[in-house]
Amino acid sequence: MNRIEQTFKRLADEGRKGLVGYLTAGDPDIAASELRMRTTLDHGVDILEVGVPFSDPTADGPTIQAASFRALQAGTNLPKVLALIGRLRADYPDVPIVIFGYLNPFFRYGYERFCQDAAAAGADAFLVVDLPYEESEELRQHMRGQGLVFIPLIAPTTPPARATTILAEAEGFVYYIMVTGVTGTGAAKAEDVQEHVDRLRESTNLPIAVGFGVASGNQARAVGAAAEAVVVGSALINAARADHLVELVDDLRLALDGV
Amino acid sequence: MKKTNPDGMGHFGVYGGRYVAETLMPVLKEVEAAYEEARQDPSFEAEFRRLLSEYVGRPSPLYPADRLTESWGGARIYLKREDLNHTGAHKVNNTLGQALLAKRMGKHRLMAETGAGQHGVATATVAALFGMECVVYMGEEDIRRQAPNVKRMELLGAEVVPVSSGTRTLKDAMSEALRAWVTFVDSTFYVIGTVAGPHPYPVMVRDFQRVIGDETREQILLKEGRLPDLILACVGGGSNAAGIFYPFMEDEEVALVGVEAGGYGLDTGQHAASIVNGQVGVLHGTKTYVLQDAEGQIQNAHSISAGLDYPGVGPEHAQWADLKRVSYCAVTDEEALAAFHELTLKEGIIPALESSHAVAEAKKRAPAMGKDAVIVVNLSGRGDKDVDAIIELERPTPRSADAPGGSGLSGEAQADE
Repeated sequence: MNRIEQTFKRLADEGRKGLVGYLTAGDPDIAASELRMRTTLDHGVDILEVGVPFSDPTADGPTIQAASFRALQAGTNLPKVLALIGRLRADYPDVPIVIFGYLNPFFRYGYERFCQDAAAAGADAFLVVDLPYEESEELRQHMRGQGLVFIPLIAPTTPPARATTILAEAEGFVYYIMVTGVTGTGAAKAEDVQEHVDRLRESTNLPIAVGFGVASGNQARAVGAAAEAVVVGSALINAARADHLVELVDDLRLALDGV
Repeated sequence: MKKTNPDGMGHFGVYGGRYVAETLMPVLKEVEAAYEEARQDPSFEAEFRRLLSEYVGRPSPLYPADRLTESWGGARIYLKREDLNHTGAHKVNNTLGQALLAKRMGKHRLMAETGAGQHGVATATVAALFGMECVVYMGEEDIRRQAPNVKRMELLGAEVVPVSSGTRTLKDAMSEALRAWVTFVDSTFYVIGTVAGPHPYPVMVRDFQRVIGDETREQILLKEGRLPDLILACVGGGSNAAGIFYPFMEDEEVALVGVEAGGYGLDTGQHAASIVNGQVGVLHGTKTYVLQDAEGQIQNAHSISAGLDYPGVGPEHAQWADLKRVSYCAVTDEEALAAFHELTLKEGIIPALESSHAVAEAKKRAPAMGKDAVIVVNLSGRGDKDVDAIIELERPTPRSADAPGGSGLSGEAQADE
């Protein structure tokens, strides 16, 4: 069983919802972002998404755009992100770490080398925002060779038949994008999420994490009812910048444990 | 060489495809299906042809530029006069086609990105024609540089949305348009202005623009009784070039040359020559040649002409470059500017700064080709929009004197790289 499977099994055994936290690596610099990541893990984040900054983040709202910009200004690159993951892995041996980003930096690094180096650093999975299923075979081949998991994205616009195709060989968990929009803007209605997630269950037995637009414990509790886990990204960045990251993570943890 | 066409997933060889967020995949498939159906419907083609003729003013003339020919002392120069189209450039061929498709799909809101404002104006124009809403995303820096085009779009009823992210130019406007499309995916048709972006846009835009090459073929056969030896077109995203090149793919005797923007010079790193000087990458939904650094971060382009100021290029051009059916070269700001003045003074035609790049390349090649040779230059747009930029360029300022290559125009926005 890999770390993702172990984590969801543990959560199920404990009757709890998972908290998936996203932070952009290198925002505002590598050391500070590493500290933020450690803080979220120490306060109950179950799965960590490490964002690789990209110059043209076309699926992200203002918060993550700005975070990516700051990270690039600070000289963040893939080798530095992989080194950061290596340090986290040494101290958090059981936490699943997902590398989250846009394709071009990975493509440029070279798929084979990227998969080798990511696995060696201790990453468990990739989530590539602009790599839909149809274009993903080449990268997935290299990932399989290293035991890395490709996390599929499903949107509200994805028709059921397409979801079934995408999820046929999927592993790890499914990331359900709750809103048609960019990250960090607008929250979805809990009943819409429930309906979509229920429909998604017909295509997969994997755990489902719901994300986009979750900014508070209350929202997490509302949408979390439908899923196995909730993803929080932009709100963590905003909280870290306002110096109340610990409060937000505690609030989210408390809310999700009460679902 | 056989005419190139993409596979079922929009790949031109290893290029092209669809690299977008999952949210957009279904709508791209809808656009693709609607386009496939439309192109097989004779009534769609007939309506497109009628509007190209009655509204755009096609066919555009193929004009023998005798004074240029005489002055350069070599090949006979013909200019394909896309500058005479309604709205002043080739852009309207494409926006008309896409608006007809949007109408067929029952969408009543058009969205576009724009750099110089030409594609924005062409989209706003057809939106007015069809009574559709129109939203245009434009970088704040470009809004400052292209005030008259902003006003034109507003007069045509469009809303111009300023984009303040990144470099505040075309690249960022396109990123923002993709974000907005994700949000308004149900109601809105995204009118992409060039042969780039995710499938089916590269092939669809080429098809709407191939009228340029189809007309050129007929016109040159009438005038010369044979095909030209060389066709030149400027390449930013590459839509005017794809439009004029594509019908000549199988005519091996016709050399096809795409002219990219060399900016301050390729060695300065401040240019927009994605094929000549870029590497393969993925940007805005397609795999193609891209200006990027060693880490895969997209670099800022620079060109004197806002319309060529883009760090990527259409995927079919990438394939043509690899197959060596089309060769690509770069012309600097300075050379383009000289060609702009020469054409204006010799023929009384003020060309767009974009098209001036192709004219500059013609000047380099014509003398060596002999008087029996024939060159066609795609004059993709007129230069009225550039007059303000020319005024600014010719005003001596300490800033422009310091800039490499001697011109400080659109370099300001990009110089911070």
